[in-house]
Amino acid sequence: MKILNQEETKRIADKVMSLSKADECTVVITGSRTGNIRYARNAVSTAGLVEDTQLQVQVAFGKKQGTAIINEFDDKSLEKVVRRAEDLARLAPENPEFMPTPDKQAFKESDTFSKNTDAIDPEYRTQVAAYSIEACRKAGLVAAGFFTDQSSFEMIANSRGVFGHQLQTGVDFTCTVRTQDGRGSGWVRRDAKDVSRFDPRAAAEVAMEKARRSMDAKALEPGRYTVILEPAATSDLLAYMFNSFDARSADEGRSFLAKKGGGNRLNEKLFDEQVNVWADPWDKDIPVLPWDNGTMLARERMDIIKGGKIASMNYSPYWAKKQGARAVGAPGNIVMAGGSKSTEELIASTKKGVLVTRTWYIRLVDPQTVLLTGLTRDGTFYIENGKIKHPIKNFRFNESPVTMLNNIEELGRPEVLAGDESQFQLLIPAMKVRDFNFTSLSDAV
Amino acid sequence: MERRTFLKVSAAAGGALMVPVFGNAIAAEELLNPMARQFKKQLADAALNAATKAGASYCDVRIGRYLNQFITTRDTRVENIVNTESSGVGVRVIANGAYGFAATNVMTMDAVADAARQAVAIARANARLQSEPVQLAPVKGVGEVAWATPFKKDWRSVPVKDKAEMLIAANKAGMEAGASFMQSMLFQVNQQKYFASTDGSYIDQDFHRLWSPFTATAVDKASGRFRTRDGLSSPAGMGYEFFDVKPEHKVRAAGGVTQLYNGGYDIIEDARAAGRQAREKLTAKSVEPGKYDLVLSPEHLFLTIHESVGHATELDRVLGYEANYAGTSFATLDKWKGRNFKYGSDIVNFVADKTTPGSLGAVGYDDEGVAGKRWDLIKDGVLVNYQATRDQAHIIGEKESHGCSYADSWSNVQFQRMPNVSLAAGRKQMTPDELVKDVKKGIYIMGRGSYSIDQQRYNFQFGGQLFYEIKDGKIGPMLNDVAYQSNTQEFWNSCTAMCDQRDWRMGGSFFDGKGQPSQVSAVSHGSSTTRFNGVNVINTARKID
Repeated sequence: MKILNQEETKRIADKVMSLSKADECTVVITGSRTGNIRYARNAVSTAGLVEDTQLQVQVAFGKKQGTAIINEFDDKSLEKVVRRAEDLARLAPENPEFMPTPDKQAFKESDTFSKNTDAIDPEYRTQVAAYSIEACRKAGLVAAGFFTDQSSFEMIANSRGVFGHQLQTGVDFTCTVRTQDGRGSGWVRRDAKDVSRFDPRAAAEVAMEKARRSMDAKALEPGRYTVILEPAATSDLLAYMFNSFDARSADEGRSFLAKKGGGNRLNEKLFDEQVNVWADPWDKDIPVLPWDNGTMLARERMDIIKGGKIASMNYSPYWAKKQGARAVGAPGNIVMAGGSKSTEELIASTKKGVLVTRTWYIRLVDPQTVLLTGLTRDGTFYIENGKIKHPIKNFRFNESPVTMLNNIEELGRPEVLAGDESQFQLLIPAMKVRDFNFTSLSDAV
Repeated sequence: MERRTFLKVSAAAGGALMVPVFGNAIAAEELLNPMARQFKKQLADAALNAATKAGASYCDVRIGRYLNQFITTRDTRVENIVNTESSGVGVRVIANGAYGFAATNVMTMDAVADAARQAVAIARANARLQSEPVQLAPVKGVGEVAWATPFKKDWRSVPVKDKAEMLIAANKAGMEAGASFMQSMLFQVNQQKYFASTDGSYIDQDFHRLWSPFTATAVDKASGRFRTRDGLSSPAGMGYEFFDVKPEHKVRAAGGVTQLYNGGYDIIEDARAAGRQAREKLTAKSVEPGKYDLVLSPEHLFLTIHESVGHATELDRVLGYEANYAGTSFATLDKWKGRNFKYGSDIVNFVADKTTPGSLGAVGYDDEGVAGKRWDLIKDGVLVNYQATRDQAHIIGEKESHGCSYADSWSNVQFQRMPNVSLAAGRKQMTPDELVKDVKKGIYIMGRGSYSIDQQRYNFQFGGQLFYEIKDGKIGPMLNDVAYQSNTQEFWNSCTAMCDQRDWRMGGSFFDGKGQPSQVSAVSHGSSTTRFNGVNVINTARKID
């Protein structure tokens, strides 16, 4: 099915709501066209195009709620999906924490769509793959990569007057370049709303250069080091921490934001004062939808950490009501303030330290402290007297992002990035951090 | 890698509960009507003919109907009940020596034939950047055949109310026993897969799987501490009879420290133990870091096997096809060719299979029409084989595929996925209590905890759910803050003893992620309780304020 415009989705939503006999009805319609190309060993392995559209209907009778989803849009299917949701709602037990769907919201449009990205065709995808494959073949290196582009829409509506429709686009590119003997490996990631801001040739060069420079890594003793963490080295660590900003978990005593003796740590200083983080659906680099489709509430620009203090936490509508707080749409992006220095400039001001390109396979070890473990990968270097001295073997770390954000020495220029396993769009700086805890060595290249 | 990425489903959950989303929600009563086999054959033939006519040298068609039901609860409340359905057709072809793939959810002859032609066009475009033509190991067409997961009770026929009540009863049991909060879930999967290929196979299969994880959380507000204990259940490839627990399904842990399960699961009993043990964890002794002999229980060890042996012996990783995402492998072809690479000690034997009843990986045929089989990966400690698909078999001198092809949906292309990979039981008669008897300074670990391994599968770190000190052959008090960190080859070479077949049972991964775009698969790993000597244990306690 094609990407649906505002009128088309509104017509469907109005019809669905008119069919419902429930006390309230909410409708979400989403659709996307996603293209991709994957390559490895300097050859394309798979390529594809997936189109998908779906309609979600959620209804409630009193405090009983039901949800049904379908991907057909003829009149019979619309009727069917409403009846299914109503049947489930009638069968469901009453939820004492049920909250009615919100009243009409003011959604200020954000600029999430790019015509350039929407116009990507299979030839463009092949060309993206060809740049790195051909350059690596010539240089005697081996490329593996994945490029994906998406055009999508989302519409939300409910029986109390909420309505929003917006188009979105995005591209994501990752490329790993390895030396033929497997002794060197480099990597790059690029994300953009507008594909014209993506340079596949330059990106491939970054991975190739890191592969060449990472050969013959020396072992450095594990321990606490000053590190320069490129944005891809902290993206998933930060995403883990921001996933734990739920006020209820903190109030219930089961989060690092819980206060000894009860309550949460709102307004407490937990981080270095250089740490300033906010969410902003209208950010020019990483705009996101002005609503959160789970609660149907409008998103706002909100400070999350200000001068190292916890400035806000996420309240579900139920918990907000119970605690006398205000619920807003949950953030879709995370912006962290940085400085103006490039990574090279951060290196230049470092006497002794470790440069980390990215981190990998990060898992929570202890939720009490957000202690995470994971490894460095695809370009780890030793810095001495302001210069990269030589590549070093990868490390496993056991570190909490809370500690990391307390030990900040200096921040670099923020970059747009998607995390490997993060649901947030990120704009985060490279960070120079002291005493980062590397606990063991890895032989992996 | 074991995925942790879940999508938010419930608005009411306030972000606290996440379940993976696979398809479209439907009413439970509609799940039971399968698509007519004759209709599927006609659709498949339309694709096979269109592809051949468009110039494909090979074509396979997968018609899938994926039905799932997820129930999520929190304390005494049902948070969400979701029924999903996803149906469609995926067509894979070889043309000009290259693969092409296209998929459609429009189940008509015309749409399927269009997808086949589109796949051929994509194959021709891909051929431009191909370095060598795809070479498929032969497989004999089997004509029209069918296979189904053996089960006694169909989860689709069990009333939702009964399932929800079971979860709530478990939550109540956990809270009565000491948990401040409980969360429990029930994942139920039915995959109806029809495979047809130009080799002359028309294979109709019906898969059933389920898993019921939970988390008990104990909070001590005064100290600001909290601890969790997850359920010890293993996901299974069977029906709802999994919950009809019988005495023979119960396994006594070494020293009787807790109750374990095999082939059936008492979620209420386990939740009760979890509530008590989560509370006990709040005051348990923090581990002294250092070298310990580890005694690892099967529902813990499966994940270490999965990461350090299962993924390391995937041939596509070894060759570099996963280099940009999951990574490559230290178990390179030269180590296999030499037939002398000591992956583990002499008693370490790993077997791959797609046949074990009750396992998540059991099939009649894989997603390339290859019959399920069983083969050695590591024999007497030596690496002897890998996991291969049809296009990889020739690389390791095999005449036929191992049958390791899988796609998680009709809309994704099939590729090499892990079969069940299991550690064979010890030949010497030995119970867990007898195994512990000789351990001077050790730790007994049960349940899956935190897990992480590098991209070539050398360095790993694992936690668990329950840790008990072993001193001079006796199991002592509960320990806290335990994780062990080792290197794959070093670890498996430190394996000194294992219990016999009586103690052998399977754990499993329900959401194993691999590929770009990422696909999940489910796989089991069996072992008996096993001992590893002198493993490095770290203390994971930290202070952040």
